[in-house]
Amino acid sequence: MSAKISVIVNGEKYDVPGVEPRLLLSDFLRDTLGLTGTHVGCEHGVCGACTVLVNGDSVRSCLMFAIQVDGSEITTVEGLGTPEELNVLQAQFREHHGLQCGFCTPGMLMTGEDLLRKYPLATDEDIREGLSGNLCRCTGYQNIVAAIRSAATKRSEKAS
Amino acid sequence: MNSDRPAQPLDVLRPRNVGAPIRRTEDPRLLTGRGEYSADRKPDRPLHLAFLRSSQAHARITRIDTAAALASPGVVEVLTAESIVKDFKPVIPFSRMTNYYATPILPLAAGKVRYVGEAVAAVIATSRYLAEDALELIEIDYEPLGAVSRPEFAVTEGAPLLHDAAGTNVLVAREFKKGDVASDSKAAAVRVGGRFEVTRKAPLAMEPRSYTVEYEKRRDAITLYTSSNIPGIVRDAISESLDLPGHRLRVVAPDVGGSFGSKGSLYPEEILICIAARRLRRSLKWTADRLEDISSSSQAFAEIVDAEMGFDANGIAISLQADVIGDVGAYSIYPWTCGLEPVQVVSFLPGPYKIASYRGAVRGVATCKPPTGPYRGVGRPISTFVTERLMDLGAKALGIDPLEIRRRNLVRPEEFPYRIASGIIWDRTGFVECLDAAAETAGYRELRSLQADARKQGRLFGIGIASYAELTGIGSRIAVAPGMPINTGSETAKITIDSTGAITAAFGVASHGQGLETTLAQIVADDLGARFEDVRVIQGDSDEVPMSTGSYASRSAVLGGGAAKHACRILSEKIKRVASHLLEANQDDIEVFGGKAIVLGTDRAVTFRQIAKAVYSDMKTLPVKAREELSATYTYDPINGTTAAATHIAAVEVDPATCFVRIVKYVVAEDCGRIINPLIVDGQVHGGVAQGIGAALFEELVYDDDGQLLSASLIDYVIPSAPEVPNMEVVHVESESGVEGGFRGMGEGGTIGAPAAIANAIADALSPLGIEVSLLPMTPERIFRLMEQAKLKSRGKSR
Repeated sequence: MSAKISVIVNGEKYDVPGVEPRLLLSDFLRDTLGLTGTHVGCEHGVCGACTVLVNGDSVRSCLMFAIQVDGSEITTVEGLGTPEELNVLQAQFREHHGLQCGFCTPGMLMTGEDLLRKYPLATDEDIREGLSGNLCRCTGYQNIVAAIRSAATKRSEKAS
Repeated sequence: MNSDRPAQPLDVLRPRNVGAPIRRTEDPRLLTGRGEYSADRKPDRPLHLAFLRSSQAHARITRIDTAAALASPGVVEVLTAESIVKDFKPVIPFSRMTNYYATPILPLAAGKVRYVGEAVAAVIATSRYLAEDALELIEIDYEPLGAVSRPEFAVTEGAPLLHDAAGTNVLVAREFKKGDVASDSKAAAVRVGGRFEVTRKAPLAMEPRSYTVEYEKRRDAITLYTSSNIPGIVRDAISESLDLPGHRLRVVAPDVGGSFGSKGSLYPEEILICIAARRLRRSLKWTADRLEDISSSSQAFAEIVDAEMGFDANGIAISLQADVIGDVGAYSIYPWTCGLEPVQVVSFLPGPYKIASYRGAVRGVATCKPPTGPYRGVGRPISTFVTERLMDLGAKALGIDPLEIRRRNLVRPEEFPYRIASGIIWDRTGFVECLDAAAETAGYRELRSLQADARKQGRLFGIGIASYAELTGIGSRIAVAPGMPINTGSETAKITIDSTGAITAAFGVASHGQGLETTLAQIVADDLGARFEDVRVIQGDSDEVPMSTGSYASRSAVLGGGAAKHACRILSEKIKRVASHLLEANQDDIEVFGGKAIVLGTDRAVTFRQIAKAVYSDMKTLPVKAREELSATYTYDPINGTTAAATHIAAVEVDPATCFVRIVKYVVAEDCGRIINPLIVDGQVHGGVAQGIGAALFEELVYDDDGQLLSASLIDYVIPSAPEVPNMEVVHVESESGVEGGFRGMGEGGTIGAPAAIANAIADALSPLGIEVSLLPMTPERIFRLMEQAKLKSRGKSR
């Protein structure tokens, strides 16, 4: 049993036949579409490395089946900036050394994008709460929080 | 043209890369999803591996039936120990240590299983989904042999033996001795001691272990892409095991998603995937899921330490004795052996202190659990926890301030080099300077007055200090693991300017998050006179240098950096020789800077590109003899290595209702020698401290008496998330070391200091209740039990 699904990923339309119902969204993105920027860290929805945006909301792609996103619009880390032109959040991660091994980073960025868009993030505690579903083993979080704080400041400067 | 002004050194005017907070080279790819981890490789039509793992802790395998699995859709092959017996030689984690039994490493369990999670059979199929489907169709019969879960039980008479040939479950035993501990202890004004324990941990890199092997038909050669921090060691071990020469076996560690030690040993799955590629002449992939990673990657710590320290009336520590049981798991690991972690506990127990007499005995005991292996800090998080607890207990008994007792016992600046009682020699490092800097930055006096106020209000507020020293960048005179036969004391740099003028610097070290592509390029840029952005660093690839091991034991900056500096010196001389021809100037008047060779004090210069063209492409400009290849290789050995040190100060508050520990202040003062990149140094400290916080407060692999792992998910094995980690202040005491470049290793220190500092802070917070801290992690549940016991005790007294 398999299905055909249509999705828009990072602005590009994909019509994919033969999708098994049990295929995880994370495996679909990585193996079927070849978008290996989305990382798989636990496959039980705790570490947050596989976070992507589905119709603008952050979700764990290891806890969704590919067939559930039929007709949806998805953004992965490949849909943010490019190496030559990092987006605001990516640039602040670099500026503040908010990544080391880089494995949790795509999930941190996608969660960060979601937080920046939806919440005022008045205090650093708000940022830390917002990141509590994304595990990082390298940075001790301090520089990730600083990067998101800086991106929030830059966004509000831009908006005002 | 003869208008040269007098030559003058330009050093003062130069922008230096070393010491500058340069943004990392790695970041643009890692931030945009363009990194390439082992699981991201896309070989042609790869097959997928899945492992059937033991459900039994200790059992004889009496039957394996793979027929149904083999008939399952998509399955190409099912391998068992029996079917691959002719494909490899077992790898032996040899050591010259006495009283050590080396357990052979096999790709799949043969005859019996010794821990839950040990790989028994491997299914190879066209997709991971189909391979995992087929696992369920394999039938195995086990005959239980009796689980051995607790190390105290493993050493009792009549406990089942994990390795019959060893004749005992004690796989390693050692003793260190100096002076007459018994009489010094007797003479002590105060003796403090107790039984201390740090439970078993998972290093838990965010990237699970992952291997992709690519088969090259044309040459019958294989390339293993591995999430390893020791690709060189893996290459040499598999080459020998599979009888495959190094030029047909390339091992590459591409982007690696953290290790912390869990990817720093040779794994059975690495051997098996190479065996499978050769048998099937196909490329294959395997990535552990989180359950597999937690239950089969090397684990950490797991020691029980009975220790006693004696002080004279002035608070000078005069004797120290300890008996350590290390729960090393079912096997000795390659290449470090099962002695690595527990033996290091007794090696480092005297720490940065001048303790006259010492006895440290250690036993590494086999149990039905995955092997312990290296984990950030190795041994020293435990030795520091014990010694720093003893220092605080001594201070309390003598009525001396904890800061003061440390100041009285630390090796002082004029006393270096200093040989501590276990035999380790500390070179000149800022021990006392770190203590003072940490106290000043933390506002130690103010914290004490805050504490006094808090206590008046009945709040549980405590301050903890931990000082430690570590050996880093170890050279060939000291084996990283006791008695280990492979050379961990040298590192190679190979720096080349090609015919386009591009600079490539290749190393045998292997970054797994430390940013070596950036820091090593900073060194090369400065020492070669190149522009930072023009230097490409290659690392983690066994084809790039003739011999390599990898990154471990805080060695890469010291050894890789030292090798780079030497190679740059050689290459820089070659550049100057060519430039002196091209610029018709004396070689001594030429400076190399910013990718150009310049005649000092003039505007006459040639670029690296012009130099390369003259050497390689142009047949007329240079005499034949002057056309030296623009490359230099240097293998650097610091012989002894160098010391790094730090003091951590933590202030915590314990909530009496929830028993949660909140860290209200955290300060690290550390001496890592000359800093290459302050961004990276601070990042390493932050991450290390966060792991230490995990070890102190949350993380625990719980095995029941049947050897079943009860905390095998990230729900049950809790690592710190953002709200649990405080902001940290890091200050640097930058005293240059004696090795090339003045660097010291610093990647592990955070994890060494934090458990001890937090344990001391909790003990200080709970001291009004008469509670001592002797076991980590101090989970809310443990604190609750201790508080309940204390209440019962005080009720008993008041009755």
